[in-house]
Amino acid sequence: MGAHPNTIVSAAGAANGRKTVLVTGAAGSLAKRVICKLQGQHQVIAVDFRNKVETDAGMPSYLVELHKRGFEDVFHKHKIDAVIHIGRIFTHEKTRQQRYNANVLGSKRLLDLSLKHGVTQTIIHSSYFVYGASAYNPALLDEDAPLKATEISQDLVDSVELESLANIYLWKHPSLNISILRPCNVLGPGVRNSMSILLSRPLAPVLIGFSPLMQFLHVDDMADAILLAFNQNQPGIYNVAPDDYVPFQEAVTQCGCGRLPIPSIPPALPKMISNALNWNAFFPPYLINYFKYPVILDGALFREKFGWKPRRNLNDIFSYYRKQKLAVGHS
Amino acid sequence: MARVPKSTGSFGYDAWGYNEDTTKLALAVCKLLYDKYFRVEASGLENIPARGRLLLISNHGGQLPFDGLMIGVAAATNPHGPRAVRGMIERFFPTVPWLGNLMNAMGGVIGDPLNCTKMLEAEEAILVFPEGVRGSGKLYKDRYQLQRFGTGFMYLAMHHHTPIVPLAVIGAEETMPALANLKPIAKLLGLPYFPLLPVYAPLPARISLHFGAPLYFKGESADEAEVGDRVEQVKDAIRKLIEQGLAARQSVF
Repeated sequence: MGAHPNTIVSAAGAANGRKTVLVTGAAGSLAKRVICKLQGQHQVIAVDFRNKVETDAGMPSYLVELHKRGFEDVFHKHKIDAVIHIGRIFTHEKTRQQRYNANVLGSKRLLDLSLKHGVTQTIIHSSYFVYGASAYNPALLDEDAPLKATEISQDLVDSVELESLANIYLWKHPSLNISILRPCNVLGPGVRNSMSILLSRPLAPVLIGFSPLMQFLHVDDMADAILLAFNQNQPGIYNVAPDDYVPFQEAVTQCGCGRLPIPSIPPALPKMISNALNWNAFFPPYLINYFKYPVILDGALFREKFGWKPRRNLNDIFSYYRKQKLAVGHS
Repeated sequence: MARVPKSTGSFGYDAWGYNEDTTKLALAVCKLLYDKYFRVEASGLENIPARGRLLLISNHGGQLPFDGLMIGVAAATNPHGPRAVRGMIERFFPTVPWLGNLMNAMGGVIGDPLNCTKMLEAEEAILVFPEGVRGSGKLYKDRYQLQRFGTGFMYLAMHHHTPIVPLAVIGAEETMPALANLKPIAKLLGLPYFPLLPVYAPLPARISLHFGAPLYFKGESADEAEVGDRVEQVKDAIRKLIEQGLAARQSVF
């Protein structure tokens, strides 16, 4: 790990409202947008486990893994007031064990260090995956719906475990002021989650006879949501989703993808196909249920409590993927 | 359909998968069945409120849910104000390719309490067959005998201050007269029942729908026994409508 050469050990600037904010996953497109919005008003400390983020002068940047011992040095060097925890190893990256270490043990360490070093605000970026995709799901899941993702696959254990950890810290340590945000599918320029990778492809696998309803959010709107949660500091658990819905296969078409029909019966077959063709990055075997059954969130609580409304509609989101394909086609 | 008081998103879908275009198409097909095949007659349509949350509670029969479809057409073409009726579907339907999505697009949802709660909050009209498969799967010899009613609808009505419109369907029982339930085959296919039928196609029986006056139930803290009494009141209202409907019927086919 290493600090930016211009690093100045910052003091808490609570008096003038200026805070020192540690942002994890800083190399990702969502975190970059959040950092961009925070800059100027707050001191940002950028942290990522993938690469050392190139930042503007005056912004310390670290390449560090959260579950490694060296991570505490960041807390020694800076008096951190708030943590925005976005960094996550995606479900399609690395092994299950490595994901568990980074996402669960890493997050636990982050929360422990936050507690130890007097952090007063924490935002955890979770995912709608935690609810699990099941044929028996009612629509408009509230935040208190059971988290059933592990019924589907062991590969989603880390997502659910991270949530339960955050929940324990939420009630046990109110001083951390934890807000857990569970967004629906986040898409847009630079986003590298499996849905975004899938919709960037010319040909997208779809399950024959299944087109679950989905919700999509532009990455800029998600960044706005994180900023609102940060500025208003109202601890709790919140779904972040618009009240607009579209079936998956329609979304695929709207993004300019061709549809590659995959046999859906027997249920093990699409998983075998995904495994055999190594579609782990965009149509992984353990996410197949999410392409089969809907997981529709009720985002009313967040929308009403924070006065948030997405500024980009579905067409704005899909048009990026359409244009991206046109650009590739012409080059 | 444009007059139906219902909001949908930018692609014409609501949160439960209802789709305007699919519903229009399905309505066109079902209207043919309604007018030409089952020659449906509906009375008491003025009892369906033109707006606001509503529970339609009906008897159930005839193996396949033609009664539900015909009620849907009657409500959607109601001259006193069309409504898009949300039918409760069995939990295994979403696992069936195409059919699950199609039923959702036509307004069907799995009968989960959270779905009902949120739909009533969104001022939707919900159709419930409290007999469930006990009603639709019963044999021809038991026709028009109301089976045990589930009580879930009464809790919904009380907790969400929702009027109940009782409703009797006459004729659906004769579309598929089951002589026996072939349980081993049903078990093999994972179905709730499998009828022994003279013909494995719906017979063109005349169907009539009789909508009763809305019933209102208040008091959220009622105990199980009290709720049971109230369910009986609804059951009695439906029984009375069935008797009137059967008495008024001139020919089965």
